[in-house]
Amino acid sequence: MGLLSLSIWLPIAFGALLLATGRDNNPGAARWIALLGAVISFAITVPLITGFDNASAALQFSENLMWIERFNVRYHLGVDGISVWFVLLTAFITIIVVVAGWEVITERVHQYMGAFLILSGLMVGVFSAADGLLFYVFFEATLIPMYIIIGVWGGPRRVYAAFKFFLYTLAGSLLMLVALVYLYYKSGGSFDIATWHKLPLGLHAQALLFFAFFAAFAVKVPMWPVHTWLPDAHVEAPTGGSVVLAAIMLKLGAYGFLRFSMPIAPDASREYAWVIIALSLIAVVYIGLVALVQQDMKKLVAYSSIAHMGFVTLGFFIFNELGVSGGLVQMISHGFVSGAMFLAIGVLYDRVHSREIATYGGVVNVMPKFAAFALFFTMANCGLPGTGGFVGEWMVILGTVKLNFWLAAIAATALIFGAAYSLWMYKRVYFGDVTNDHVRELTDINAREFGIMAVLAIATLWMGVYPKPFTDVMHTSVTELLKHVALSKLQ
Amino acid sequence: MNAMNWLVVYPEALLLLMACAVALVDLFVTDPKRRPTFWLAQLSLAAVAGLHLAYYDGGATVYGMQRMMVSDPMGHLLAFFATVAVMITIAYAQPYIASRDMLKGEFFTLSMFVLLGIGVMCSANNFLVVYLGLELMSLSLYALVALRRDHGVSTEAAMKYFVLGALASGFLLYGLSMMYGATRSLDINEVFNAIGRGNINTTVLTFGVVFVVAGLAFKLGVVPFHMWVPDVYQGAPTAVTLLIGGAPKLAAFAITIRLLVEGMLGLAVDWQQMMIVLAVASLVIGNLAAIAQTNLKRMLAYSTISQMGFMLLGMTAGVVSGNTLSAGNAYSSAMFYVVSYVITTLGTFGLIMFLSRSGFESEEISDLAGLAKRAPWLAGIMTLFMFSLAGLPPMVGFYAKLAILQALVTTNVTGYVVLAVVAVMLSLVGAFYYLRIVKVMYFDEPTDASRPLQGGGVSALLALNGVAVLGFGLLPGGLMAMCRDAILRALAT
Repeated sequence: MGLLSLSIWLPIAFGALLLATGRDNNPGAARWIALLGAVISFAITVPLITGFDNASAALQFSENLMWIERFNVRYHLGVDGISVWFVLLTAFITIIVVVAGWEVITERVHQYMGAFLILSGLMVGVFSAADGLLFYVFFEATLIPMYIIIGVWGGPRRVYAAFKFFLYTLAGSLLMLVALVYLYYKSGGSFDIATWHKLPLGLHAQALLFFAFFAAFAVKVPMWPVHTWLPDAHVEAPTGGSVVLAAIMLKLGAYGFLRFSMPIAPDASREYAWVIIALSLIAVVYIGLVALVQQDMKKLVAYSSIAHMGFVTLGFFIFNELGVSGGLVQMISHGFVSGAMFLAIGVLYDRVHSREIATYGGVVNVMPKFAAFALFFTMANCGLPGTGGFVGEWMVILGTVKLNFWLAAIAATALIFGAAYSLWMYKRVYFGDVTNDHVRELTDINAREFGIMAVLAIATLWMGVYPKPFTDVMHTSVTELLKHVALSKLQ
Repeated sequence: MNAMNWLVVYPEALLLLMACAVALVDLFVTDPKRRPTFWLAQLSLAAVAGLHLAYYDGGATVYGMQRMMVSDPMGHLLAFFATVAVMITIAYAQPYIASRDMLKGEFFTLSMFVLLGIGVMCSANNFLVVYLGLELMSLSLYALVALRRDHGVSTEAAMKYFVLGALASGFLLYGLSMMYGATRSLDINEVFNAIGRGNINTTVLTFGVVFVVAGLAFKLGVVPFHMWVPDVYQGAPTAVTLLIGGAPKLAAFAITIRLLVEGMLGLAVDWQQMMIVLAVASLVIGNLAAIAQTNLKRMLAYSTISQMGFMLLGMTAGVVSGNTLSAGNAYSSAMFYVVSYVITTLGTFGLIMFLSRSGFESEEISDLAGLAKRAPWLAGIMTLFMFSLAGLPPMVGFYAKLAILQALVTTNVTGYVVLAVVAVMLSLVGAFYYLRIVKVMYFDEPTDASRPLQGGGVSALLALNGVAVLGFGLLPGGLMAMCRDAILRALAT
């Protein structure tokens, strides 16, 4: 078994073990097994980055076995500079989620932990699949644990949110399934993604494929106007669910654009790039304004996620290295920052059981340590230089300037809106006098919460101050991808 | 060529013999749980299954009984799965019917006769033999539906099933007689050759095809011939619902292949059009009506209708623009679909039976409320079944749908690609009501605190069934290859 197989199947095995052995009367054991599983799974992924050859754009650590002979589906795994960081990010966030749910989740602990570990393995599978059908299997299978997580441990409208999440995503991906089967036919019976990259296709076929993939990935990212499931899912999901959703699951969609849409249908991608750019800018500006008026903290961060993901898709479809690398950096840093934002909301929610901004005020007086962390992540969320949030947005804006100054100017307004909604929320929740007894009775974060906040803060700072390790790994793969996309595949 | 060749019918002969033996032995059984009868029936079925598997492995195509019967890999593979399905059905059913005072020897004997009918249909090479097998199966099933004599709904369901089933048989027989009139033969190969030679009265032939397709559609339970399905599924004792929903689907598929493909492939243009209409109508009505149901068995009945519609889509893609290059691909996809559907259905109804106790049927969707808290294992297994029916990877149901979509798209005809898109969009609708079952089990609070009765053997079988649904999903290659192999050999003759 190769490293990638292990990083997929080990968390799944631990998850299955938890489901099989866990009982409601031994939650402690379930927590420790889950932590052990998450830490080992993360440790396995570390050699992926230390042993990664930055100079090569080829798939590394690849494993290639026949899986379903009838359709020539292969169990083909591998990571390149684009995907390798996400494997690590997924395993890393899983540890955070397990620790974050430590004392908070008291009901069906083994199922909660098991679902997250299985989800983690499946998402690693999405990022490392080099076979179209294998990708689809992992991509779809992630819906099942997430559906259960939102529905079982979620808030009052959890059922509605869980259904909406599931059906929205499924609608998009079913069209992608037809596209995959069509490519299978066109390529003469292969599900290999690399083969599809080389496959010549007419513009009409490319356009159909492009929009079928668009349906799947735009919902997942999510892009305006198919974003409406995300605020619901985020608000109702338990803290851990929101963290995984924001930090990893949204990235599956963006990753899909890079892996499928752009290289398989390059001509259609260039032809219809304006659609994506327009929708991205709407997301950046309009959703930024929507975030401004939210009363619910989680909803506000959810809308801010959509706006930030708008930057990612914008960066991808301007077709230069700054844009694509910037989008990727933004994806990783958003993973840390949005995860931390949701954790911060979770910390408050666990104590007060309200997400309304209006119920808070003056939290800094009773929770100084926590407020400091919250300020740091809020600043990162609005893209303060020196934090991870700045680097990605800056690269994308620079890349856009190369294409068109005015587009860049519109995109740059996001920095203003981002600062406005983030800081205004911070002001209302944390500053001022203590407004009510709930807030007065708050206790500051304990060592466990301090630990996860600190780890995320370090990661965010690292990305902001020294992003070179990240961009170095991406560089070769991104250049190759752009070279490939620049070539026409028309017959 | 006209040899009797008894070897061909050994499995059926053994089954007939053992069915009679089981009926006789049961007369002397005093055990209220009927264990001797149960084990004798299971042993005989296991032997029959073994025979079918051995014949399938042999791989030869042999005609027997003066060309009335054919022994080929496809027939034996389907009969093998049907036998296993009946074995599993009986195993699930025994505690259920025992607790309802329905456990008589008849249940076992009639189930074995159902299987005998299925076996005959699977290896029929003659219109009359097809009809004979069909009637043997149907009549046994009518009696089984009425097993709960003193129960109003059950009796009504039996009546409805009988009347509509007889009508369908009439349709089929009428169609077959027209085919006979046009081609002057009842032998399936002869009919195929006659159609190929041409100069036949095409009006009669086309009429015949229409009636045959209508008759088959009744048996498969697809729209607009689906009226009996919800009532019978709901009204019959769950054990019998399982018997109807499992093995007979394999038989219906077998005779569809025998009649339409082996006999009338030359008329594919005609029957494929009808199939497209039937399939799309079934997908629409089945999926939409299932949403409105509160009774679990009724919901599953509508789900069956839509599933059969999806399967039929595979049957429509065999002959494209006049050539049969894609036939093997299309029909083996449909066969894989049926087999994986049966595996999943067995588990679903088995679980419903497992949850019910004496005096409590557990057939409303709300009866499953909070199952994840009461019995996490069962809820987990049911979740696997539901996601498999919805076509989510990595369950076997996904690969079944994938195979059908693949068959449609690889025809490279725009119309078929549109059909594929329609089919996936309707399966999105379907996902909703399967998800609702999961929702009820996981998200709702339990309404009663009772745990299901502990039956070690049955729960182990259920777990095995769940593992099969997941296992064939993780490694579907073997089963797919078997179906493909069987269909290719059937087409080659």
